[in-house]
Order: sequence, then structure tokens, then C-alpha cells
Amino acid sequence: MNPIGIIYDIKKFAVHDGPGIRTTVFLKGCPLSCWWCHNPESQSRFPESKTELLTKNNLKLFRGNETIGVEVSVEEVMREVEKDIVFFDESDGGVTFSGGEPLMQDEFLLSLLKQCRLKDIHTVVDTSGYADYSVFEKINDYVNIYLYDLKIYDNQKHLKYTGVSNQLIHQNLKQLLKAGKNVKIRLALIPGIVDSLENLAQIISFIKTLDDELTVDILPYNKIGENKYNRMNLVHQLSGLEQQTEAEINRVKLQFETAGLKAS
Amino acid sequence: MNKRVEKLREQSISAKAAISRERAVLLTEFYKTGQAAQVSVPVARALAFKYILEHKTICINEGELIVGERGEQPKATPTYPEICTHSLDDLDILNNREKVSYTVDKTTRESQDREIIPFWFGMSIRERIFREVDKNWKSAYDAGVFTEFMEQRAPGHSVLGNKIYRKGFLDFQQEIKNSISKLDFFNDPEAFQKREQLTAMFITTEALIIFANRHAEKVRELIADETDANRKKELGKIAEVCERVPANAPTNFWEALQYYWFVHLGVITELNTWDSFNPGRLDQHLLPFYRQGIKDGSLTKEDAKELLQTFWVKFNNQPAPPKVGVTAQESNTYTDFCLINVGGVKENGEDGTNELTYLILDVIEEMRLLQPSSMVQVSKKNPDRLLKRALKIIRTGFGQPSVFNTDAIIQELIRQGKSLQDARNGGSSGCVETGAFGKESYILTGYFNLVKVLEITLNNGVDPVTGKEVGIKSGDANKFTSFDDLMNAFKNQLQYFINVKIKGNIIIERLYAQYMPAPFMSVLIDDCIQNGKDYNAGGAKYNTSYIQGVGMGSITDSLSAIKYHVFDQEKVSIAALLTLLKNDFNGEENFRQQLLNETPKYGNDDNYADDILREVFEMFFQMVDGRPNTKGGTYRINLLPTTVHVYFGSVIGAMPDGRKALTPLSEGISPVQGADRNGPTAVIKSAAKIDHLRTGGTLLNQKFTPQFLEDDEGIQKIVHLIRSYFKMDGHLFHKSWCYNFNINSF
Repeated sequence: MNPIGIIYDIKKFAVHDGPGIRTTVFLKGCPLSCWWCHNPESQSRFPESKTELLTKNNLKLFRGNETIGVEVSVEEVMREVEKDIVFFDESDGGVTFSGGEPLMQDEFLLSLLKQCRLKDIHTVVDTSGYADYSVFEKINDYVNIYLYDLKIYDNQKHLKYTGVSNQLIHQNLKQLLKAGKNVKIRLALIPGIVDSLENLAQIISFIKTLDDELTVDILPYNKIGENKYNRMNLVHQLSGLEQQTEAEINRVKLQFETAGLKAS
Repeated sequence: MNKRVEKLREQSISAKAAISRERAVLLTEFYKTGQAAQVSVPVARALAFKYILEHKTICINEGELIVGERGEQPKATPTYPEICTHSLDDLDILNNREKVSYTVDKTTRESQDREIIPFWFGMSIRERIFREVDKNWKSAYDAGVFTEFMEQRAPGHSVLGNKIYRKGFLDFQQEIKNSISKLDFFNDPEAFQKREQLTAMFITTEALIIFANRHAEKVRELIADETDANRKKELGKIAEVCERVPANAPTNFWEALQYYWFVHLGVITELNTWDSFNPGRLDQHLLPFYRQGIKDGSLTKEDAKELLQTFWVKFNNQPAPPKVGVTAQESNTYTDFCLINVGGVKENGEDGTNELTYLILDVIEEMRLLQPSSMVQVSKKNPDRLLKRALKIIRTGFGQPSVFNTDAIIQELIRQGKSLQDARNGGSSGCVETGAFGKESYILTGYFNLVKVLEITLNNGVDPVTGKEVGIKSGDANKFTSFDDLMNAFKNQLQYFINVKIKGNIIIERLYAQYMPAPFMSVLIDDCIQNGKDYNAGGAKYNTSYIQGVGMGSITDSLSAIKYHVFDQEKVSIAALLTLLKNDFNGEENFRQQLLNETPKYGNDDNYADDILREVFEMFFQMVDGRPNTKGGTYRINLLPTTVHVYFGSVIGAMPDGRKALTPLSEGISPVQGADRNGPTAVIKSAAKIDHLRTGGTLLNQKFTPQFLEDDEGIQKIVHLIRSYFKMDGHLFHKSWCYNFNINSF
């Protein structure tokens, strides 16, 4: 039994997706539809054809149509991943499965994780946390670190901006911690939505009820996503947002640290 | 840096390069005395060297601690008419060229016209070379299949070892005398030649001592006129130093540096040796003097730093000897390539980093000079601290230091037959070249244009750019039915050109051995004194000749494109492809984009392309490595381009990788620009598929964005990247000063 999966990219020398030098495999499909999504091409579960807006000096000039997403076997993914083992060994790095929401392709993900374990490759799963807990239970033994995204504490707003309720996400996080898993919280600072004083305060007190020792990765907003929408003829519902200044980011970090949490 | 250093540095940077006629005039004067005709060639060369050092202007710059210039003032650059005589046109080009120019004053031009050119006409090495090589060599050379280093500059890729820090020139004189006394005229048919050679060496040692004493005298004159009490005291110290070294072994840090500097001036005055003479492992050589000085209180860390900084300025005051002909017009080569090594391992194999390593790195960071250049040798035994310190300097954006793999260098040297100790005491010099410092003459003989050979193969021996037949008839490409057919034809063509190059080299080596011995250099490099043989005639302990392959990325991608699109996918016939190339893809931009974007390319950790790379490497290696040179040594390969990938590209039409006609080739073993699309780990993996250990150096240029190196985390990731590459035997990781340099940017 060899599950086939759908991925839309493999990025080598990924240096922000966990410890060391990593290869990040992007699995396609996501149950959320965040307004600010950086990878809109990842949302649909299936390969899809997108028309790229052609710009000069762009190497894709003559391609026009591009299919995003490709069906691959576990072996094919592993062949790419294993190419960089020398770097993983040297840097205590490994592979990161991201998305989309990697947990959506649970059988495929599980096979990949098992293969990594067999080859002694460190694994990180970057998740929105929106999945049935049984999926976590299935893969838990093969995951070294979860990068777990939190967004908006207020459930109504969460529903509005991401398309789903955050109850399941919060519940799963509690259970993962209870199961003793290594979890790092990631917080993407969407201006005005995530980075408001109120939301941050709520997130902080929520985290503190879980575990004082949790570290929180603060990810500044990045406008790159917007261009992608333009290129793909999609409408970005949050266009015109400005990236935070360093001082603003430091203020956010300070807010976490004042509350006794580790932010980086 | 303090005020003194700041001032000296500023003077050096702002000094205008000029042609100095002094050396050429003195040399010619000497040969006109008729003395040269009465003695053997080496003795004549030695007497000429002595004559120059006895008569040249002594220059002591205000405020300096280490003294001595090759010209009358900083950046006054001599010519070497016995190697290549500059024509008046050459001088005009040098004076007027847009890129880095050399001022030529009226008197210099006149003296060149009236004395230098008439005297040396027909006798220069350059003229001898072009008279002696055959027509196959000339047509390949004209087509840009290879370059020839020795037609304008003397062989001399060597770096000094540690002997000058233990012995004075009086000791060397004793060694030379011993060697002469041991000559066996009854049984050694070369005894006379050896005596002449050793006599010549002896004369050059006298010359350098005289030269140093002239500095001492000049400084003592200055003391009399000096009003500043501190400077008076300093000048007194300088005079003492110049009276002590190089005649005697140095006793302190200052003397060690001044000694080296006199030796350096001797080397670059004797001949315009190709590019790289330098003190090598400076943090090892100077350490005993540094520690002793600190211990007995005669030296502070600040003193040592200041001395090193004034020493640094001296290198920057010596531009490269200017070229002639087309190279003078096109090349903006301006500096020599003195590459000071720090880090690495000690002779016993232990971690070689010490407090001086880091002090020298501080000097490099503060001085930000084009010359000397610098590199850190990184062994698995060195701490990450060394690598991190180097990266923090690199991120300041002036290109230094380069980062080399000590463990690979040692294995490369050992494979070539050097002893483990000699290998550990070695390093890299010039651009990337591996050498056993103080014991090896490792001569770069010329760049070899692998891509041009493929172009000629595709045209059955004809150079399509000129229409001339320059190669052999290797087969009509239109009739190739498989990729193997093409590779076989390429192999035959490559073999032909390598043979042509080596035949030329053998002639040129002998011309130098016979007409242009280097007795002063021979004193410095082991075992010339013991062997009674000249550096240019095989006197060194190790004698290596290199041919440097250029365009690995471009040729791999071109072959891969033919294999993929013509033979595997059958998208285009070879005839149609050749027509496209002939027309420089005119009107076929879509297809060119396919070649650029849909071909398996080198630099992506894709074996489809990388296997071709390995095959080309293997052919080139097998055809060159191990062939004998005339000095008892062997031919080797390395893979580096300096700036020649631009020239080599300018003689090649469009190629199947999508490269347009006459544009630059890939450089070193770096992928074609833009062909690598999977990030640095894939580039490194691809590059590691070359067997670096069988070369004498490769150049992979990894550029980082300064932002990436901004924080400690970024630096840590690059440390991991470098360590991984070195684990895979990569030779060199970062290098940027070989090209793209611009003197105005510092």
C-alpha cells in the first residue's frame, strides 16, 4: 500500500521552519481560508491550473499556464528529501511538512513520517491544528516537533477571517501538550487582526493556562503574499497592509515576555 | 586604526599607479656594460639583479614603520622588458585606458622608445615564445582555446615557507657555499651548471643585504633632518632593523615583518612572477615573535597590530605589472594576488588557530585593502569561532576573507605526492591554487576553454566564429546518432588541444629554464640550494604545472541540452539546433527559453546533468594529470577562472544551453548564472560531485545576501552549509575578489 500525495513545492535550505537546515515539503489542501493566506495556491486539495500574469524579466514569461500541485509517491518525495541529509546531519536539521494543512493528507503524511524515522531524519510538522485529534494520535510517534499556528482568540473573528472555529484547534493543542509532545507556537502578526493588543493579551493568557514554558515564534507580516495574489488573478481581501517596524515587533515580543513567556 | 595607519592607508589608496622606467633602464644599462656577455646566463641575471638593487631609488615614506618600495614611490610599477617589452602603443593604452590606468610620463615614453625597445628587440621571452611554438598552437591560441600565462609574466606561483624566520641571508650564503663545495666534478656532468647556478644565488643574497643596508643609510640621513623626537627614535629603530635583517635571522616581530618585506621586494624585482608570492601562513610564522614580545614586555598587542597594518599597506602599494597587447586593453587586472593564509592546522596536525589568527583577522577587517588578499583555512579541527569571525568580516561586503577547506587542501597535496608535513604547512595561494609553501614551484600555465572545444567539435574542427579550421576533423555533427557519438568526438578534439597546449608548455618551460633563471627565488624555495638547480629548471622540491579548466557549468549544460532535447526527447534535430546556434537564436526566443528553462542543468543536484559534469571532468583529468613536465614534476588540473570566463565567452558563438553568442561563460565550478534553482544546498551537492581532491583547487563562488548574515542565526546556518560542503571535500566556499573588483569601491 503506497499512498500518493499531492504537493505543490519542495523548498531546500529552508531556514525558518524549525531547527537547522531543513527541506520543507508543502502538501496541498487546507481546510482554512485565511484572508491573508500566503500560499493561496495551497488551499485546494487538488492540482489546479492557474494563469500567471506575465511580466517582463520573469523567467516564466513563456509558460503562461502553470499547473500548481503534482501527484507524487512517498518514494519520490523521500528521494528529494534524502539528497540533503548531509546538511541535516551537520546542522541538526531535517524535514518540515507544511502546507496547506499537511494533516489533511494524513495517510500520505504518516507514510512520509515513518520513512523519515526509518532514515533517522528529524521531522517537523507545521500545522494549523485544524484536524480531528485522531490524526494527531496517528502521527504523534513520528513527529519530533509541531509548529502550531495560533491566530485569533475570539472565536467569532476567527471564524470570519479563517473560515473555521478555533475550538478544535485549541482543544487539540491542549491534548498534544498533555501527551507530552514538543510544540512550538507560531503567531503570524497580521496587522490589525492578530497584532491588536487585545488579541495578543487573550492569546497570552490562553497559552499561560496551557504551559508557561511554551515558546512563541513571532512572525512579522510579510507583503510577499499580496504579489502572489496579483500574479494569480486572485483578490486579496486584505490588500494594502503594511509590514510592522522592528520597534512594533519588539513591542509584541515584550508583551509576551512581560507575561513570562518566551518569544523569539 | 590609529592616525598613522589611517594616513598611510589613505596615501596608498589615493596614490596613482604609474609606469616606472627605473628598473628597465638599470637592467638595460647593466646589459650594455658587456659584463653579461662574459658570464653564464644565471650569473648575468644575478648581476643584473644586484645592479638594480644597488642603484634603484630608496623610498622611505613619511610615518611608515616597514620600509621599501619596488618603484621610486608607492604604486610606481616597473616593466620587465626581458620578459615582454612594452611597445609605445602599449604604453599609450595603459596611459589612456578607461579601466584602471597607469600614468606614463613623457621621459618614460622616450626612454622606452630610444633605449629599451631597441635593446631588447627580438630577445624578450615573449618574442622567443612566439617564434618557437608551432602553427597549431598559434591558431588554437588565437581562437581562444587557451591562454598562455608565461608570454607576459614569468613563472612564479610559489609562496614562502618559514625558513626566513629561522635563518638570515648570511646563513643561506653558508648553505650555498656548502652546496658548491660538495659539487662532484668527477662524476656529476651537471656540476658546472650547478656551480654557475649557485654562484648566481650567492650574488642575489649579497644584493638583498646591500639593498637593506641602503635603506638603513637612507633612514640615518633622515634622522639628521628629523625634528620630531618620537619619529627620530622610530627612525633609529627602523635603521637598526634594516641593518639586522635580512642578513641575520629576525629576533622580534618587527624584524620578521621587515625581513619578509625585503624578500618580497626582491622577488617582485627579479622578475614579474605570476601573481602570488606572499608570506603564506602568517599567523604561524609570526606567533613565536609575538608571544616572546608579549612575554618580555617589548611588544604590546597594539604595537603588533600597528606593525601588521603598516605591513598591509606595503602590499597595496605594489600594483600588478601591466600587460601588453590586447590583454592590456581588455584586462583591468591591476593587483597581484597575494593571498595571506590564517587558520588551518599546525605541522603536527593540531588546530592551528591562535591569538594572532584573530588579530590578523581584525587587521583585515579594518584595513579593507585590495592587497594583500586573505583567506581562512578551515579544518574540521578549527573551532566554529574562526568561521564565524570570517563570516562577520565577509558580511561587511568587501569580499575578504575567502574560506578554504584545509582538510581538502592536505589531501590534494598528499595525492600529488607531498609529505604529510609539507601538506600541513601548505595552503592556497593566488586564486585557489594548492601548494606546499616554501617547497613547491606550482606554475599555472594557462586557462583552457572547455566550451570552445565543444563548439569546435560541433563544427567538425572549424571555429564557427572565424570560419578557420583550428581543430581536427572529429566528425560531422549532423551524422551523430547518439549522445555517445558526440562525446567521442569531443574527447578526440579535447585530446588534440590538450596535446597542443602541453607541447607549447614544454617549449616554454625550457625557454625559461635556459634564458630566464630566477636565482633569487631559488634561494627562497627549497631545495634549489641543495640541488644546485634553478627554480625555473626544476630546483624546487616539488614541481607542478597546471592547466586550468574553465566553463564547467556552461559545458555541462550545453551537453545536457543536446542529450535531452536532441537524443532523449527528440524535440529538435542536431542540424536544426546547429542552425539556431549559428543564427544566435534569432527569431527563436521561445525555443531559447525552452533550452534555458526546460533542460536539466548543473547546480540542481540533478544527476542527469551532474553525470555529464563528472564525465567531462574525468576526460580532462585523465588527459592532463600525471603527464611529465620538463622539471621532473607533473601536470595537474585545477578549475578556476579569475576573469577569463568573460574573455573565453567573447570568442564563442551561441551554445545549446541557451547562452547567446559572445556572452560570458560560467565561472569556476559555479553553475551558469540563473541555472541553479534549488538553493545553495543543491548547488553544493552538485559541486561536490566533482572530485575536488584530484585537482589543485576549484572555485565555487557562493554569494550571500548581507541580510542573511545579519544575525547570529544566519551566520550559524552558513557555518553549517560550509561545514557540510567541506565534509564532502569541497575546496573553497567563498571567493569574490578574483573578479568584480573595483578599486573605487573601497
